[in-house]
Amino acid sequence: MDSDLSPQDKKDLDKFMKFFALKTVQVIVQARLGEKVCTRSLSSPTGSDWFNLAIKDIPEVTHESKKALAGQLPGIGRSMCVEISLKTSEGDSMELETWCLEMNEKCDKDIKVSYTVYNRLSLLLKSLLAITRVTPAYKLSRKQGHDYVILYRIYFGEVQLTGLGEGFQTVRVGVVGTPVGTITLSCAYRTNLAFMSTRQFERTAPIMGIIIDHFVERPFGNMGHMHPCNYRAPGEDEGACNGVEDSQEVCTTSFSTSPPSQMGVPGKEGGVPQQVPVQPCHGAQAEHRRVSSCPPADHVPATPYSRGEDAETSSRIVEVKSGSPCDVLETTFTRKVGAFVNKPGTQVTTASLDLPFAAFAPRAYDLEENDPMVQPPESSATSSPLQGSLHSQGSGESGGPAQDDFVMVDFKPAFSKDDLLPMDLGTFYREFQNPPQLASLTIDVSSQSMAEDLDSLPEKLAVYEKNIDEFDAFVDTLQ
Amino acid sequence: MNCRSEALEVSVEGRQVDEAMLALLHTILLHRSTGKFHYKKEGTYSIGTVGTQDIDCDFIDFSFVRVSSDELDRAIRKAVGEFKDAMGNGTDGMGQISLEFYQKKKSRWPFSDECIPWEVWSIKVNVVNLANEQERQICREKVGEKLGEKVINIVEVINRHEYLPKMPTQSEVDNVFDTSLKDVQPYLYKINFQITDTLGTSVSTTMRRLIKDTLAL
Repeated sequence: MDSDLSPQDKKDLDKFMKFFALKTVQVIVQARLGEKVCTRSLSSPTGSDWFNLAIKDIPEVTHESKKALAGQLPGIGRSMCVEISLKTSEGDSMELETWCLEMNEKCDKDIKVSYTVYNRLSLLLKSLLAITRVTPAYKLSRKQGHDYVILYRIYFGEVQLTGLGEGFQTVRVGVVGTPVGTITLSCAYRTNLAFMSTRQFERTAPIMGIIIDHFVERPFGNMGHMHPCNYRAPGEDEGACNGVEDSQEVCTTSFSTSPPSQMGVPGKEGGVPQQVPVQPCHGAQAEHRRVSSCPPADHVPATPYSRGEDAETSSRIVEVKSGSPCDVLETTFTRKVGAFVNKPGTQVTTASLDLPFAAFAPRAYDLEENDPMVQPPESSATSSPLQGSLHSQGSGESGGPAQDDFVMVDFKPAFSKDDLLPMDLGTFYREFQNPPQLASLTIDVSSQSMAEDLDSLPEKLAVYEKNIDEFDAFVDTLQ
Repeated sequence: MNCRSEALEVSVEGRQVDEAMLALLHTILLHRSTGKFHYKKEGTYSIGTVGTQDIDCDFIDFSFVRVSSDELDRAIRKAVGEFKDAMGNGTDGMGQISLEFYQKKKSRWPFSDECIPWEVWSIKVNVVNLANEQERQICREKVGEKLGEKVINIVEVINRHEYLPKMPTQSEVDNVFDTSLKDVQPYLYKINFQITDTLGTSVSTTMRRLIKDTLAL
């Protein structure tokens, strides 16, 4: 009951509530900026760091918070909510999470405002710092920029959770009892992050594993303006305590997002796009953004699901699998396909790739008899027993992957870059797994018959007998 | 006063042990560290500011927040490194690392000061060996999710607002807080670990005191 509080305590409590609400919004929005946050510890207090925590204030966020609060404080029946949503460059958006600062009627009249409440609010802010890195939206926000942006909206009043889809989860950050009520800070977050544009669905056949459009037009009664969690360019030093500054840079270039775990099962059905969920190496987020920021469309080898200008966009959501190539080989070489990608393009042939020694690369669809590396010119140095075995071995190895059951799609090995030559490492690896035979070890069978072999034998034997001393000396050197 | 004890358990690959332990220990210490106390006359004190820093794990799909204090980070890394070394490199095994917060109670000579724990966090670690890169990739994600759950568990316990030592006077501050660091002031803590071999028997117990602790006479 307010009447039990001294005027000074009431004043302190109101001040704590106000600044706690402002700092809560700052922590949440800064955690969704897309970059690592770093602030310095100071042994001497500055007098301006509320709750003894170094949380910088982004002026725009403070302004929006104060506008939403409009002179009120979060109280019983008056919750302050921060809604975080994702918006793609095509204009589709989806709510990701809603952070709620609420108060209920349960009072703790014995608690000391200026000491205990203050310290517990400080602890609650630390918990908020920890929890904001744990919800699914954090990873999405770290990858924002080229393909989508993260927006925030602050509103006051009744909590709205309908936009989070079915099955949303709730995590409670913490509670602090005060003489006027118990403050609760919690987060409700969407668990099903898969979505697809209805426009995309009309243009193309459904891609296996992708689904459901989660968002529809909703008339939010008191929906305020959405604000971007400002995206800052990567490349800042790790550990540099730059603090947070207001930045207006927001990238909204074309793209589509592709949920990581909703892709089709790698299989062996011909013609079915085969995708393997991949994750970038978490410690290389900046590297991933650089990788995704760009190869021009014509340098990206066409996959069954990319072409033309869309190749660029699909390359942006390609994520490097930091795994071994062997597993990818087993599942055929796959590349993750983004939602919103346009109709499939043409399949690439090896001849169209800019490969070194492309003329000698195994051609998947050519017959072996036409391949000069498999059928070299006549050689006289080999003995006939080897001939058949080498040839059959060569034909086995140079065949490449079975053509009937698999669709050749791109293989992107770990650490390869496709901003220079497209897939050169991957193509190199694949091609040279099936090396052509050495010319000296193969014989053109069609040009030589058994009879000719037998006829030439006496001559050869005579030559060898003549040089028998040389052969003996050679054998001695080997021993 | 009873010591509050909390247990966490994680299963990780060998190369993930360091980062998983750092993530959990730093999350706990974030909540159990304050700014430096500056006592003034009249028995009042002011508190310094605690900065925070985001850390991305290299072998786990996870990020966590730690206190911006290189000294504290070095101390934790040293303990985790010793734990990792004791666990062996990449072999299957189990171990437990515990973070204990305690208060010192002065005793008269010739008795040494008593260390009374008031909160103990025990983190049990199962190290698994994985056969191929695909499994490792899955492990990265799974362990990241598990660590997220553990962080939520930690926060839940912390926010129960159970026993915390009373704020000390200037003469008593070293009995409650570790005042040796320049920039922050965690509650007095120590990190111990214990290794279990794959048979489940305890083959060694290693005690490691990380901070100045008046043990010997």
